[in-house]
Amino acid sequence: MQLTDTKITCYHCGLECEEEQIEFDNRAFCCNGCKVVYEILSENQLCEYYDITKFPGQSQKSKHKSSAKFSILDKPEIKSKLVRFTNGTETHIAFFLPQIHCSSCVWLLENLNRLNAGVLSSRVDFTIKEISIIYDESKTNLQQIAELLASVGYEPYLNFNDIASKKTDTVERGLIYKLGIAGFCFANIMMLSFPEYFSDGTVDHQLKTIFNYLNLGLSLPVFFYSASLFYRSAWAGLKRKFLNIDAPIVLAVVITFLRSVYEIVSGTGAGFLDSMSGIVFFMLVGRYLQDRTYRKLSFERDYRSYFPIAVTVKTASNEEENLPITDVKVGDRIVIKNHEMIPADSILFTGQANIDYSFVTGESVPVRVMPGEIIYAGGKQVGSALEMEVVKEVSNSYLTQLWNKDVFNDHEDKKQSYVHAISRYFTVVLFSLAGLTAIYWGIYDSSRILNAVSAMLIIACPCTLLLSSTFTNGNVLRIFSRNNFYLKNATVIESIAEADTIIFDKTGTITQTGETKVHYIGKALLEVEKQQIRTVTNQSVHPYSTAISAYLPKVNSLAINSLTEVPGFGLEAKVDSTLIRIGSANYLGVNDDSVNTAGKVYIAINEQVLGCFTITNQYRSGIDKLIQKLKNHYSLLLLSGDNEAEKNYLSSVFSDESVLNFNQTPETKLDFIKNYQAKGKKVMMIGDGLNDAGALKQSNIGIAVSDEINNFSPACDAILAGDELKNLPTFIRYAKATKVIVMASFVISILYNFIGLSFAMQGTLSPVIAAILMPASSLTIILFTTSISSFIAKIWQMK
Amino acid sequence: MSAIIILLIISLLVAGGFLLAFIFSVRNGQFDDDYTPSIRILFDDKDPESEDRI
Repeated sequence: MQLTDTKITCYHCGLECEEEQIEFDNRAFCCNGCKVVYEILSENQLCEYYDITKFPGQSQKSKHKSSAKFSILDKPEIKSKLVRFTNGTETHIAFFLPQIHCSSCVWLLENLNRLNAGVLSSRVDFTIKEISIIYDESKTNLQQIAELLASVGYEPYLNFNDIASKKTDTVERGLIYKLGIAGFCFANIMMLSFPEYFSDGTVDHQLKTIFNYLNLGLSLPVFFYSASLFYRSAWAGLKRKFLNIDAPIVLAVVITFLRSVYEIVSGTGAGFLDSMSGIVFFMLVGRYLQDRTYRKLSFERDYRSYFPIAVTVKTASNEEENLPITDVKVGDRIVIKNHEMIPADSILFTGQANIDYSFVTGESVPVRVMPGEIIYAGGKQVGSALEMEVVKEVSNSYLTQLWNKDVFNDHEDKKQSYVHAISRYFTVVLFSLAGLTAIYWGIYDSSRILNAVSAMLIIACPCTLLLSSTFTNGNVLRIFSRNNFYLKNATVIESIAEADTIIFDKTGTITQTGETKVHYIGKALLEVEKQQIRTVTNQSVHPYSTAISAYLPKVNSLAINSLTEVPGFGLEAKVDSTLIRIGSANYLGVNDDSVNTAGKVYIAINEQVLGCFTITNQYRSGIDKLIQKLKNHYSLLLLSGDNEAEKNYLSSVFSDESVLNFNQTPETKLDFIKNYQAKGKKVMMIGDGLNDAGALKQSNIGIAVSDEINNFSPACDAILAGDELKNLPTFIRYAKATKVIVMASFVISILYNFIGLSFAMQGTLSPVIAAILMPASSLTIILFTTSISSFIAKIWQMK
Repeated sequence: MSAIIILLIISLLVAGGFLLAFIFSVRNGQFDDDYTPSIRILFDDKDPESEDRI
């Protein structure tokens, strides 16, 4: 038994055992789910799981063993979409397990074959929370494996997206190959060039020729393979009539290569191949650091990632059958159980519908729906099972229509970094200088024109400009991610710095998901009354009931004689012989003439109204400070899908009522942002959930706030952990500092360019000077940008 | 002179060997996941039969 401060904690998940406490094997468990997992593991001698990390499990208390519908996994059309490889006997499959969080998880999941002999091998990729399983088709099947994972607390996260599009291997190995090969060739060319640079003429001419040709051979993979990335990017820019920074770089690389080939073949020199491969290598390192995407995060989620993989359908013969969601047709009868999501707009047939639309609209209170009324896709049922008839296909429902809007089909990234603009000035200046040099030598010594001009183009390659931005951005992205702020790519840093309007969503963004603040106003309650009220509210799953239960002292429940719940209105119960009624003002017949009745729950004991609980959202800590800090520099707005219940509080925080907008639909949110942009504003949208998806996409920078970083966030430019929201001003300041750092390092690189150019213009640039200048400037830039950006992060107390 | 040629060939062969090893390791997926192996190495091998292979 785990005893800490006289509180008993669950052996499996470490949560405090409240009134319910199960003892098994001399250990305490908070719920039956945790106990079952322990039982399975102890039967199979897998209890080492509990030794590696303390409390490795996740609470099974709130897990709704959602008839996860794994039976459909073995249907050929579903299976073919999920498996990565199969030869009929051996099959490879990967599941996303968001529960993976510690080394115990890795240990248990990699020992799956001790629980199911059909599993040949299981491998966990911790960063992307994925398990790759190879299993024997003759011994087990997908359904059994999925059920096994669910039984030990790792239910595979399957969604509509998995079956709607075939998964491709996302691992980007190309860049690693290019980087490795460029590094290899660079180092060897450098080594083979030493005799040329440092010999005093004693090296045999024939040997020098051999070295030169070896260098040429080694430079071919760099020129044709490693550098191909830049050719493609430059070409893509030119095709769109845009001169990006890669274009002058490609020009420099090509000129360096051609001049080197000419010198080597004609026997007039050793060329600049080491400089060329060095440049390519350093630039690839910069690219790698900057583009290292957060594999574990997805920035492109649409509604399909949220919808379940299967749904229960009633067949003509009244039997329940699980069907893939893609096969659901208009007219089908579907069955939705507690906490399941409605996948398509449907008409309620039977059952007590209490639909939680918080996901779609931001409205935090479930909506009561009567039979015959329509229920929109994306809502979740809270309560007993429902039967409904599908009226619109999944892809045509009210919610998913948002994704048919133009914003979602406009893939072109129009944002162009200032780096490209600077590189264009750089190129213009360089070409004018080259022209002047050519004219000068044309007058004095025309044999040196080609030498001087080509040397200028070689040495003044804008690659140090590129290094400045890629290394700074790479380091900034890394520091942001340490602070749980994950950006989609480097251009997002600029967008953050440029924003002038910040729009907040309310539910789930500035409020703490699942947490509420409860106040009681009225006649003081006796201990026994509190106990009675809690007994009743414990019986309901309505968020107000659970909030009240959590607010009242934890005591044992009393016996209930009768209980009726009128969903959406209230509860009536007899505890012993006391009649307790809890619910809205209407339900209890209280005359409440205040404007806002939302969030008020009245209590009546034996028909006597005692008072009411007001339930408000719990705002994240530090929100008012955050707003105060941002208010002076930005125009702030609130766009909420929720009702006006908390208008008073929010207008005190924002100290301005006009910026608060309530009862917004996903579409009006999107249009709202469009209007602001039409006025020339750069909008930063901070939201969560699907109801903000359009707004996040439309805004100049969409930041999704999420408490579970790995799970649920809509398409966006950046993902921010909920408890880091209060640090947003620091993040914005840091994004602005990034630009200053890049500019400062541009200045340094231009100084180096001056030195190089002064040699080149005189026509005296030798390979050895190029070979010293090039790595020296690159290393200076790398050290400067990374150390300055890390230093600033440190003094601003970022992690 | 010929000694240098021989040494040159040897050095390039050694270097080439490392390049091949690098290409093999990328292809093998060793660069795909740079975090989990650091966890995995700390587990005790109590049950040698359950060793994973890929």
